Amino acid sequence: MTKFYRTVSKYLAVFLVFASLGLQAQDRTVSGKVTSSDDGSPIPGANILEVGTSNGTVTDGDGKFTLNVGANATLAISFIGYKTADVVVGTQTTIDVVLVSDVTALQEVVVIGYGEVQKKDATGAVLAISNKDFNKGVLTSPQDLLVGKFAGVQITSAGGAPGAGSTIRVRGGSSLQASNDPLIVIDGFPVDNTNPGGVANPLASINPNDIETFTVLKDASATAIYGSRATGGVILITTKKGVSGKPQFSYNANVSVASPIKFVDVMSASQYRSLVNTLSQTGTSGIDAAAVAKLGTASTDWQKEIFRDAISHDHNLSASGSLKNMPYRVSYGYTDQQGILKTTGLQRHSLNINASPSFLNGDLKLDMSVKGSVTFNNFGEQGAVGNAVAFDPTQPIKDAAAQQYGGYFSWLSKGAINSTANPVAQLDQTNNQSTANRLIASIKADYKLPFMPDVKLTVNAGIDRSVSDGFNRAPLTAAFANNNGILVGRDDTYGGRNQSELLDIYANYLKQFGQHKIDFIAGYGWQHFYREAYSVNKNTARTLSLPSKSENYLVSFFGRLNYTFNGKYLLTATLRNDGSSRFAGANRWGLFPSVALAWKMKDESFLSKIDAISDLKLRAGYGQTGQQDIGADYYPYLATYQVSDAQTQYQLGYNSDGTPRFYNTQRPNPYDPNIRWETTTTINVGLDFGLFDDKVTGSVEVFQRDTKDLLNNVRIPNGSNFSNFLTTNVGSMENQGVEVTLSTRAVTKKDFTLHVGANFTAINNKITKLNLTNDPNFIGNFTGGVGVATNIQNNQVGFPVRSFFPYQQVYNTAGKPIEGLFADRSGDGGNVLGNDRNRFRYRRPEPDFLIGINSRGNYKKFDFSLSGRLSIGNYVYNNVESGRAFYNGVYDLGHFRNVPNSINDAQFTTQQLLSDYYIRNGSFFRMDNMSVGYSFDRVFVDRLKARLSLTVQNAFLITNYKGIDPEIENGIDNNIYPRPRTFLLGVNFTF
Amino acid sequence: MIHITMKKQYFNRYSIGTLTLVVLMMSCVSDLDVKPIDPFVKSADKVYTTKDSYKEGLAKLYATFGLTGQRGPNGNQDVGGVDEGFSSFVRSLWYMQELTTDEAVWTYGNDANGTIFNLHFNTWLPSDGIPEALYARIANVAALSNEFIRVTAGKTDDPDLKNFQAEARFLRALAYFYGMDLYGRLPFLTEKDQPGSFFPPMIQRAALFDYIEKELKAIKPDMGAPRFEYGRADKAACAMLLAKLYLNAEVYIAQPKYTEAITELNEVIAAGYTLSPRYANLFRADNDKNNSEIIFAQAFDGARSQAFSMTQVMINGNAGNGGWAGLRTTSAFVGKFPTLTEARAIFATESKGQSLEIDAVNVSTQGYGVFKFRNITAAGVDAPNNSTGFPDTDYPMFRLADAYLMYAEAVLRGGAGGTRANALTYINAIRSRSGDVIAGNAPGVITDPQMTLDFILDERGRELYWEGHRRMDLIRFGKFTGGSYLWPWKGGIKNGTAIDDKYKIFPIPSSDLGTNPNLKQSDGY
Repeated sequence: MTKFYRTVSKYLAVFLVFASLGLQAQDRTVSGKVTSSDDGSPIPGANILEVGTSNGTVTDGDGKFTLNVGANATLAISFIGYKTADVVVGTQTTIDVVLVSDVTALQEVVVIGYGEVQKKDATGAVLAISNKDFNKGVLTSPQDLLVGKFAGVQITSAGGAPGAGSTIRVRGGSSLQASNDPLIVIDGFPVDNTNPGGVANPLASINPNDIETFTVLKDASATAIYGSRATGGVILITTKKGVSGKPQFSYNANVSVASPIKFVDVMSASQYRSLVNTLSQTGTSGIDAAAVAKLGTASTDWQKEIFRDAISHDHNLSASGSLKNMPYRVSYGYTDQQGILKTTGLQRHSLNINASPSFLNGDLKLDMSVKGSVTFNNFGEQGAVGNAVAFDPTQPIKDAAAQQYGGYFSWLSKGAINSTANPVAQLDQTNNQSTANRLIASIKADYKLPFMPDVKLTVNAGIDRSVSDGFNRAPLTAAFANNNGILVGRDDTYGGRNQSELLDIYANYLKQFGQHKIDFIAGYGWQHFYREAYSVNKNTARTLSLPSKSENYLVSFFGRLNYTFNGKYLLTATLRNDGSSRFAGANRWGLFPSVALAWKMKDESFLSKIDAISDLKLRAGYGQTGQQDIGADYYPYLATYQVSDAQTQYQLGYNSDGTPRFYNTQRPNPYDPNIRWETTTTINVGLDFGLFDDKVTGSVEVFQRDTKDLLNNVRIPNGSNFSNFLTTNVGSMENQGVEVTLSTRAVTKKDFTLHVGANFTAINNKITKLNLTNDPNFIGNFTGGVGVATNIQNNQVGFPVRSFFPYQQVYNTAGKPIEGLFADRSGDGGNVLGNDRNRFRYRRPEPDFLIGINSRGNYKKFDFSLSGRLSIGNYVYNNVESGRAFYNGVYDLGHFRNVPNSINDAQFTTQQLLSDYYIRNGSFFRMDNMSVGYSFDRVFVDRLKARLSLTVQNAFLITNYKGIDPEIENGIDNNIYPRPRTFLLGVNFTF
Repeated sequence: MIHITMKKQYFNRYSIGTLTLVVLMMSCVSDLDVKPIDPFVKSADKVYTTKDSYKEGLAKLYATFGLTGQRGPNGNQDVGGVDEGFSSFVRSLWYMQELTTDEAVWTYGNDANGTIFNLHFNTWLPSDGIPEALYARIANVAALSNEFIRVTAGKTDDPDLKNFQAEARFLRALAYFYGMDLYGRLPFLTEKDQPGSFFPPMIQRAALFDYIEKELKAIKPDMGAPRFEYGRADKAACAMLLAKLYLNAEVYIAQPKYTEAITELNEVIAAGYTLSPRYANLFRADNDKNNSEIIFAQAFDGARSQAFSMTQVMINGNAGNGGWAGLRTTSAFVGKFPTLTEARAIFATESKGQSLEIDAVNVSTQGYGVFKFRNITAAGVDAPNNSTGFPDTDYPMFRLADAYLMYAEAVLRGGAGGTRANALTYINAIRSRSGDVIAGNAPGVITDPQMTLDFILDERGRELYWEGHRRMDLIRFGKFTGGSYLWPWKGGIKNGTAIDDKYKIFPIPSSDLGTNPNLKQSDGY
């Protein structure tokens, strides 16, 4: 590490020397204002360049600029989305320029790895959106800004908890057990996907208000520049930067109310009492008179007791402008978000500072940024969600006689040791909080070589540091903190530090030779990841300390050539050589190439005359990416031993004082010295089009991804290593998909605009190889646990990942499932249940189709937006129902448990966990976000502008699924923290 | 002029920059050579560097029979593919030796992917979860023992190493013994097989029998003297395992070896172990200290050796006594006791809400609970670590009463070197002990004519029930398969039905057949 700092400081010294060198003298000064031809509004951030020199500036927040120019100067004034204007200065001292919007050119710039490219010149599957298209009202989970916006990008939140994490899948998953998470790059810094304990979501530390754009790199020709980390796709986040000119201040505030939408449909107290009485007459579930006597006299709706209307507020203050020629932006955000589950919540302070000074006439540009945040989490006790479903509705919340349990009713007082915990007591008596600090600091220097102006050198160095600590406590009166009925309380503390340091050095060469344009980049990257954590699990029975530490390194060399011929034929070729410390020397380096071609067909003579087609580009790409992220397995190739913790020691003999003598134990860990990269090959063909003067734009993508040498923790022949499972390279799988993106600017009047967009994704996934022997009788690998060593999902050759793997329920003529009767699909006879050969692959959690819709527009001073998603063919295993809706579960182990009303449908007496009856169609349409706003041009004074907005998040859900919510990442519905509906009132001031 | 000098400056700076860059890249590439920094992870070359470390390696080999991994009670398991608790050697062994018989019934039919009732119903298949777990554990004990034997070979820095290596070979033989008993054939590895990626060869039952016999005979001189250190296998444990091998030799290799069994049992009986005066104390929290009957046990400690292993399950998962009611027994077994007032009949009966008969296997209140194993001390107070939820109670694998009964059986089956008189003395010694606070009376002595083979089978049940012996005993007495002895739910029928002889062994798990082409499935599966 010190080595790293020393090196960085050396480089900074070099750059400071550059910076101290003199400026060239200029002859005279011109100033002016740049406005838009559309509505006459000023254009901040427009580029003013003296043609033939590197002398230039950008306009300030009011579109104004001042520049010293030489004699006979010509100024080129440019801005994204407008045609560049050339103005001969002559004798003028004031130059006002009106830029004409260039709708056909789509001059949008998109960031790609280690650089940027004009969108029209992109050769890969790259999608970008900026803040005007974000979902509105997102407070603590930045990934929610993107939900439903991109074809091929599926974002599933873990639930409705404040700051909840999400599973992001770009074009589905192409790894089986290695990470399928996309690489997230924040302002050029690829961040670690892991986070220390006490951090709900690594992105939650980023204030959504500071984000300017999201760019998703989907195909290998775009992602291969990130080589080994790119198989899951790449999401590039850029944050807002300062613009030249007078300081601009912005303040916005939101206040919101979130409420639960739906509860699990369980029995009321009176329904439950009559059910128990009925069952007691037949003796079902062992309900005798003594049991009936345990019923209470209260009527408690436990789910209502644990949830609340949650009120949150959020404030953001930002200032941006320019100090001399150093644009800067400073922003501070404060969020206080309550969760709908009582006691849960999150508070976050964030500070984001960036400055971009330039020196040497702009030859040396620095981008410095510091993003800091402090987050206080109150995680509460999420177990209360499931217990509220199961808790006997006839029991009271409080029991004055049970002072030993803090005055809360507990089944312990009725002698039931293995019983459901009182969910209200769980919430009230649990104190489960953490504090997480995160700092991402980076400095990027771009230096144009003075003796070789076509070459730009870039050094990007940074550090990302997360530190957290937290505790989870319960008093000695907490009945739920018991070991076999003995109250032990809880005083757990934990914490951790994750840190990564980055150094990228690359050179860029950009040159146009007649019809040939070359944009070449070559570089080197180094990143170190360090993680340490501790946890002390303490109660009156024990104190267990579990520290851990790990580190790994990635070192890379990379290059990319963008070659354009005649402005119409584009070629991109990349090569990345990645070294990972997870693999042994001989397998350490992986080479990941890609090549892509694009043909701007619209520029060909045979299309230029067809007015209806305003843009047409055909793209094809091929590339390979790698995968080495196998989670916490940092030394899979090394022979290591695992030392036991304080609770897995072993007694051999006695100490001299007669107490047992315990020894730590040492276990050799399984390892594969030959473990190597997992490789995914992607072929992508895409067509970008614009119709009717780009009123309609869109793209169609078709892709095929083949992954081989899957990094998998798989069964190996027993005895061949130190466990029966080993992380090694076995298996392959494929994904094929189609993505369509459409966007129309339906109305573009001055007072009325309307954009409508839609995206469509269909992905097919199939495992093509799973073990070394290809034994046809191999049953596959089980996954998706729903009970003790009981799994409802299975991975098998020829089927999609995580296919459901149930027994086939037999129904009577009335369509009611016949308890315990399953189809003998194997024909083996005997017991059908318990013979895996009778199980079959039935559906999968992933949808067949995913359609996102979004729209935004404005009418006079009103604006509005909405975004929603349609998911078709995603199946859900209803574990809430299978786990509880059976009569023997009503009274068990000496206590009562509530049951879902759906018990009346199947009327099972015993639990039928592995029946396909519980695998339900979870297709849904969710309106994620609806928002309206009104803008005031002037509030009291001219400079003060304001916008008022009202947003509804999770506005409504349409589905036939009977549980609370069918949107579940792994397809197993088991009491997630429900996603609330949130109404949000926002106000924004700028001055 | 100015420009030229400036350019020179640039060049100099640039050269320095380039140089630094190259040096930096070189050094950073070498960063890729990492070593573990986790306090719980050691490079293999850093493990056996101190004298105590050998014993820590040996402790792991012992712990593989009771504990389930390196984090207690769970979280870093040794073998995968199954719930970590089920992966305990003695737990899955117990399930296979007991749930398949009249002695024990499990409540939760969904466990192990819904295959667990196949054990009750005697309908197991190659895909069953519990047999797969023990099979994996046996190979794991062998692989870990092989590693210990391999890396300590030739080391001399600890004078106890000779003992340690003999014990490692004993534990490997013990695992192979149960593998031979349950599966017949196994993938077979010795210390000559380095870990890697290969297909272990298969060994047949007779060859495995020979191997175990030779190993045990070879190591016995190097084993510790009887009772030299609690928790470690001594010469008596080695002789006991040989005796079990010989007593069952007719089953394994169709050759009677009762004389050899008696030879070994004489050594066990002469080793200085004595019967615990109170039966109940054998199964209590302080059963490591207050008796000298247990020859070899799996040690547990509520604070320092935690796992969801067999004594934890028998104590916390019992039916009728406040546990989670996973385990009960059948009326056929309860009927082996002429009277339930005898010392060893420690049941939770109607007074605890349990019925004698079982109409449905998955109803926890049907069938008597068994309250033999407890986490209280001989003095009747809670174990010091009771509040952890894990017992201090050790799991006895070999004890003197078993040796006595084996002796009597070997004599009755015609083995030389023992006498009926001694056999009767031993049996009556067992039957003369009192119980404890839970149940009162000693069962009382028998006379020589009462000492028949059938009596011995029943007496083994009464004395050794829930200690993991039943299936092996029923097979040896010809009562496991076929229809000569029926118990509730044998063959999946409430009143019991005959089962095929193929069920004397378990099939090779299909998951291993699918990964190792050297393996062949056993007949009938």
